[in-house]
Amino acid sequence: MSTFAPPIVEPTFDTAGVWSLPSRGKVGMASLIVAESAIFTIFVVAYLYYLGKSLSGPTPREVLEVPIFYTFCLLSSSLTIHYAGKSLERDKKRAFLGLWLLTIVLGGLFMFGTAREWYRLIYEHGLTIATNLFGTTYYSLVGLHAFHVTAGLIMLSIVLAFSLAGRVTPRHFGRIDVLALYWHFVDAVWVVVFTVVYVIGR
Amino acid sequence: MYPHNDFVSPQVFNRMFTMHGTTMIFFFAMPILFGFGNYLVPLMIGARDMAFPRLNAFSFWLSALGGFLLYFSFLGGSGLYGAGSAPDVGWWAYAPLTARAFSPGSSTDYWTIAVLVSGFGSIGTAVNLIATILCMRCPGMTLGRMPLLSWLYLTMSGLALIGITPLSAAQLMLLVDRYLGGHFFDTQAGGSATLWMHFFWIFGHPEVYILVIPAFAFMSEIIPVFSRKPIFGYPVMVAATVCIAFVSMSVWAHHMFTIGMNSYANSFFAITTMAVGVPTGIKIFNWLGTMWGGRIQFKTPMLFAIAFLFQFLIAGLTGIIQAAVPFDWQLSLSYFVVAHFHYVIVGGILFAIFAAFYYWYPKVTGRMLSERLGTLHFWLFVIGFHLTFDPMHFAGLLGMPRRIYTFEPGRGWDAINLIVSIGAFIQAVGILVFVANLILSYWKGARAGNDPWDAWTLEWLTSSPPPAYNFASIPTIASRRPLWDLKHPEDPDSRYE
Repeated sequence: MSTFAPPIVEPTFDTAGVWSLPSRGKVGMASLIVAESAIFTIFVVAYLYYLGKSLSGPTPREVLEVPIFYTFCLLSSSLTIHYAGKSLERDKKRAFLGLWLLTIVLGGLFMFGTAREWYRLIYEHGLTIATNLFGTTYYSLVGLHAFHVTAGLIMLSIVLAFSLAGRVTPRHFGRIDVLALYWHFVDAVWVVVFTVVYVIGR
Repeated sequence: MYPHNDFVSPQVFNRMFTMHGTTMIFFFAMPILFGFGNYLVPLMIGARDMAFPRLNAFSFWLSALGGFLLYFSFLGGSGLYGAGSAPDVGWWAYAPLTARAFSPGSSTDYWTIAVLVSGFGSIGTAVNLIATILCMRCPGMTLGRMPLLSWLYLTMSGLALIGITPLSAAQLMLLVDRYLGGHFFDTQAGGSATLWMHFFWIFGHPEVYILVIPAFAFMSEIIPVFSRKPIFGYPVMVAATVCIAFVSMSVWAHHMFTIGMNSYANSFFAITTMAVGVPTGIKIFNWLGTMWGGRIQFKTPMLFAIAFLFQFLIAGLTGIIQAAVPFDWQLSLSYFVVAHFHYVIVGGILFAIFAAFYYWYPKVTGRMLSERLGTLHFWLFVIGFHLTFDPMHFAGLLGMPRRIYTFEPGRGWDAINLIVSIGAFIQAVGILVFVANLILSYWKGARAGNDPWDAWTLEWLTSSPPPAYNFASIPTIASRRPLWDLKHPEDPDSRYE
């Protein structure tokens, strides 16, 4: 919470005497990330505050399994989107398309993992959002993150559609970079959620 | 007004104070202050528009939708075929009042969703303002040369990003509780009503600063122009603002001294609350330093600005008094608190908004507001304000609690409440004069010209009203007062900065 505002970049007249300012896309996305971080912070605080305070079972230790593979998928997608951007900047269209598709597949795999876990929790262990405090806080926190992954996947798919239509060129690198910033944020949030839910919380 | 008055029933009274608080904070103060920022910031930094015009429109319509949802609860609060209703849980909506058992029907949901949606609108505008201020400044306008208003709006937007979102998060939890059977604030399942209080005030206190920092911004533009001096201590003003925003993130639980926190928490929040007074005091001294030795012109904006200084000082002092925990235990939930925060919001923020209206109306419409009606409005409002809110301090000290719809005779509150009601009517007359002035001057006011106040910031460079693109050619500036440089080429500020 110590982050007060997005990093301020002092604009300067560079050597050519041109007035340069930070990119508004990046500053806007950075601001949005600060706001989103505050929302996630509140959900994380609620999760930690209610840890072990459920009046009835099941408890996290009884039912949660650590999703190592799907976490690996999501975190790798940060790398693939980064290299996709690099490829676009260097105008390597095929590499961009391949890496971009891979990013979507990895993100989709992660969502599949979440869906499977929820299915198991609901139908094998009878844990729903209304069962106990653990259910309420778990589904809200993980669900909020999954919602952000879904929003990200939709945006990634829109870019995929545009690039299949041949409308994404190195000129658009700035916009792709802003979207990548959001995707990195979603991945970083998962590191926090993973730590809180599956490491501290079990 | 008088004892045993039952003009409104207890139920209606609860709805009235809920709607009053929610409306004034979320659907009057926030939109009007963000609106000023939206209009003025691009003009003052020499930009043609906000950084994200579509996001701007989206944020506006989100806020409007929020307002519509809130007022729709009058009709649909108990279902479309039920009787008229409205939220009655207070603007702070404490658990467990908001639980299904205690708030059946939909009026509480309208409240939640209305505030949630308008909150997203505010966050969108905050993102937009930050991007505009950092990325759209005209050539030469380094951060150190921005008008103070831009600096204060930048700070306020940063605060909004992390101040409004906790409420959004808590409201999502409340919706989970109400619709999905969750237990966040359900004490019967181990949930905590106190956690809602924390989340609400983690939003609620920064919110006060989100509202008052724009008021500071107006003061920082108006006082120099009508004192005919540049602002005193520009870098210190910026530092004090950032400091206020930072400290204001760690004072929230001073709203909760009476719930029985441990003494370490009480001490921490008492100290941080008192600490906010330091940078705020610095700002007041800087405004006085700006006026000191200046040739003060007592135009209507300046009248409101001077009243702001007095009233905001008293509001701040009663705030610091209440930071003392034992004193707060005595006065919390009394009329003293009502007097204190109305001194902040009316005596401080609303007076600053009036000053801003009189100062920038000529720029927005091209016509001057009438000084005669303005002076009348000022005096009516100052007298009405003090008649209403000064005696409330004494009512509180005499033990009159908040949120009561009527009271018993013989407790020494009778005369006080009569004076309060008279004051409220005088304020209402003042507002009518103001509205008449806004309407009449739109057609009959004197032509303003580009720069009626002989001011120094960029908005006065362009025509009144400004064209949709603000500036035909983007200006280049070399100091904090570009129009001074333009008017005094023989002695420009840029020589000294």
